[in-house]
Amino acid sequence: MSASSFTARRTRQLGLALVILVVVALLPFGVKDVYTLNILILMLMYAALSQSWNILGGYCGQLSLGHALYFGIGAYSSTLLYTKFGILPWFGMALGGVIAAGIAMAIGHACFRLAGHYYVIATIVIAEIGLLLFHNWDWAGAATGIELPFGRDSWVTFQFARNKLPYFYFALGFAAVTWLVTWKIENSKWGYWWRAVKDNPEAAESLGVMVFNSKMMAAAVSAFFTAVGGSFYAQFVAYIDPESVMTFQFSLLMALPAVLGGIGTLWGPALGALILIPMTELTRTFMGGSGKGIDLIVYGCLIMVIALARPDGLVGLFHRRKRSAA
Amino acid sequence: MSAAALLEVRNVWQRFGGLVANSDVSLSVQAGEIVGLIGPNGAGKSTLFNVIAGLRPPTEGSVWFDGQDVTRLSAPERCARGIGRTFQVVKSFDSMSVADNVIVGALVRTSSTKEARRKADEVLEFAGLAHRAEVSAIELTPPEKRRLEVARALATEPKLLLLDEVMTGLTPSEARAGVDLVRAVRAKGVAVLMVEHVMEIVMPLVDRAVVLNLGAVLAQGKPADVVRDERVIGAYLGERHRA
Amino acid sequence: MTAAIVIQSLASGLLMGLLYGLIAVGLALIFGLMDVTNFAHGEFLMFAMYVTFFCFSFFAIDPLLASPIVAAALFVFGAVVYLGIVRFAMRARTNVGMVQIFATFGLAIVMRGLAQLLFTPDYRSIPHTWLGGKTVSMFGIYLPAPQLAGGAVSILAFAVLYVLIKKTDFGKALEATREDAGAVALVGIDKNKVFALGWGLGSALVGLAGAIMASFFYIYPDVGASFALIAYVTVALGGFGSVFGAFAGGIVVGLVEAMTAMVLPPSLKSVGIYAVYLLVVFFRPRGLFGSI
Repeated sequence: MSASSFTARRTRQLGLALVILVVVALLPFGVKDVYTLNILILMLMYAALSQSWNILGGYCGQLSLGHALYFGIGAYSSTLLYTKFGILPWFGMALGGVIAAGIAMAIGHACFRLAGHYYVIATIVIAEIGLLLFHNWDWAGAATGIELPFGRDSWVTFQFARNKLPYFYFALGFAAVTWLVTWKIENSKWGYWWRAVKDNPEAAESLGVMVFNSKMMAAAVSAFFTAVGGSFYAQFVAYIDPESVMTFQFSLLMALPAVLGGIGTLWGPALGALILIPMTELTRTFMGGSGKGIDLIVYGCLIMVIALARPDGLVGLFHRRKRSAA
Repeated sequence: MSAAALLEVRNVWQRFGGLVANSDVSLSVQAGEIVGLIGPNGAGKSTLFNVIAGLRPPTEGSVWFDGQDVTRLSAPERCARGIGRTFQVVKSFDSMSVADNVIVGALVRTSSTKEARRKADEVLEFAGLAHRAEVSAIELTPPEKRRLEVARALATEPKLLLLDEVMTGLTPSEARAGVDLVRAVRAKGVAVLMVEHVMEIVMPLVDRAVVLNLGAVLAQGKPADVVRDERVIGAYLGERHRA
Repeated sequence: MTAAIVIQSLASGLLMGLLYGLIAVGLALIFGLMDVTNFAHGEFLMFAMYVTFFCFSFFAIDPLLASPIVAAALFVFGAVVYLGIVRFAMRARTNVGMVQIFATFGLAIVMRGLAQLLFTPDYRSIPHTWLGGKTVSMFGIYLPAPQLAGGAVSILAFAVLYVLIKKTDFGKALEATREDAGAVALVGIDKNKVFALGWGLGSALVGLAGAIMASFFYIYPDVGASFALIAYVTVALGGFGSVFGAFAGGIVVGLVEAMTAMVLPPSLKSVGIYAVYLLVVFFRPRGLFGSI
């Protein structure tokens, strides 16, 4: 029975994703105001970024809290190449992805043998070093950052200063691609290997799993897409400095949706982003302006409550209901 | 001991600082044979097991498998050559389903998950776990978890299966079921080397027994001969078996 | 750069290092006891600094005098956090590490938000302390009195902690619980009580550090974040869970920071600390004094 029901489940997942894709793609026809569109764009971007983080942190179990480094590399690659050499951001985006993947593998090469907390802190520390270096790198704008020159709205230069709608569709595509990649990986050798590595590396080795290679592969894929997200973000906000693309805050924002939604699951990151991002933005808008910190209190409470009440993440809610219905 | 032995451990020494855990151990397993590795606590069974499984290379000596020196090969490489193993303390992949656990093993022989899934179904059927295939591994009972480890190792299509105290902690009826499973494994042509503590179960099951004591081979041979060996009785079997 | 300047900055680095050790030791203690990393540790420090500030502004109690009060307040706070939050985080069947990280991280954000709400985001400082502005000169080195007092308090605290862990029943219960929490329950020690006391003690130590810090550092809601990472690095350098490793780790961090500041621009002074952390764990994956 398992083979056919398995195929059926995968097809259902794909179908559901398609329906969601179509529905979200139609949203802009109903949503006209810029504020809501911005929230939707950020939501999709974080769904994609968190899905990318999930590949290394969730599936392969290597809890990185230094993904801001890859995000920043992506943002700086496309921006620097465009402002300094006139190379179109699309190439910068691809190159940034490759550089980030390379750096992730170099970091992994050195850090993957570190255990638990030592590994987590190493990832934080390396990202912080990156942040400090960019802070002091004059050619890259140092602490003042770089502004993208104001140009005509165009897909060629990936600049849309007046109408943000194209960013929405790119972010949607980005989220769809990372979802699809994860969906593909779930039923691939790498997907099985990653989960085995996460659960028990020693047992995995005895079953022929190349543990180190598995981690390296996960790191490369994860960093590549994170950097693509960084390039997108740089185009979207049209101005970057180290503080706005490379701080620890970003590393957390990438991990959080996956953790809250369900770590190492297909839908977790999207579900987490769906709840977390609008909530963050809304509390910031309606309660944060006064600088009174209520937004932080709400946000922090939410993280605490979900972590304590649903250790498996929010996707667990759906599974449970399904089981009791069956 | 013929040259065509499947597994050959040649003059293995394992030292940890001043402590000698294995001294000059040699043993062999023929294709399709069930060999029991027994001995009292601290005899060096686990150390030797780890040398064979590839967790830690020996200080001296070598391990040969299928006519090749595998002494320095890593655990995944040994698995690829055809050595499967279980763990004394069960190490299932607890966030995955039972079937997925086995698929991980099957993927060492194929890159197609479809093929691996088919293989896993077959192995689970063989190991009597088919009805639990979709359950999360964390929900299995302890004897089921041991079965899962055997199934997972079998999915790698080993020529030799190393069993590390798989009968420990089982009730007599569970252990009997375990014995049947090991016999069925051998019937598929897989050789078995089992480290075991529970003599009553091992002796009727194995073709040959190797007794370790104080890190060295004390005796080896047919179970019936081994249990009558005075040195073995003195070192290990004790009053209970003499009576 | 003259030798005097080098010695001067190494001496300041050493004093700062003693404080880093004191900030970090609570983290190490709690980790060693129950394998939990408190991601709100920096906010505990922030909270302690505010308590010190209010002791001063409402009751005119000097930070040095207030430090036992602050430590006591943090003791209660830490125990309450354990009983109210962490205890539940430890019950998770899956993703245990993740749940702990994000439960305490959520707490950190709430604490920061509360500080903004109640105390405003303004930078505050304690203007006139007994030791403020005074320096002590020894062998031609000038050391600020508050930092010197901080160093002394740190050494004293570590000495007391040593006696507490090695010589008292509480220390033995702590040690036994970290070895085997399950077995401890069998001999009638209430695991939860020991853990709560451990959290209390760990928090009291960071409270002590906060009281000292408040006498010469700005106090604001985000102040903890700047010290949290240094505290994690300190603990990891010493070897997670090793209480006296934190002491040594703190000194290493303080000295390395001072040395980096001599050769690199001030904005890069943390790079030295981070680089040393990486170097150490690459060669000793369990830190300088970590076991296993």
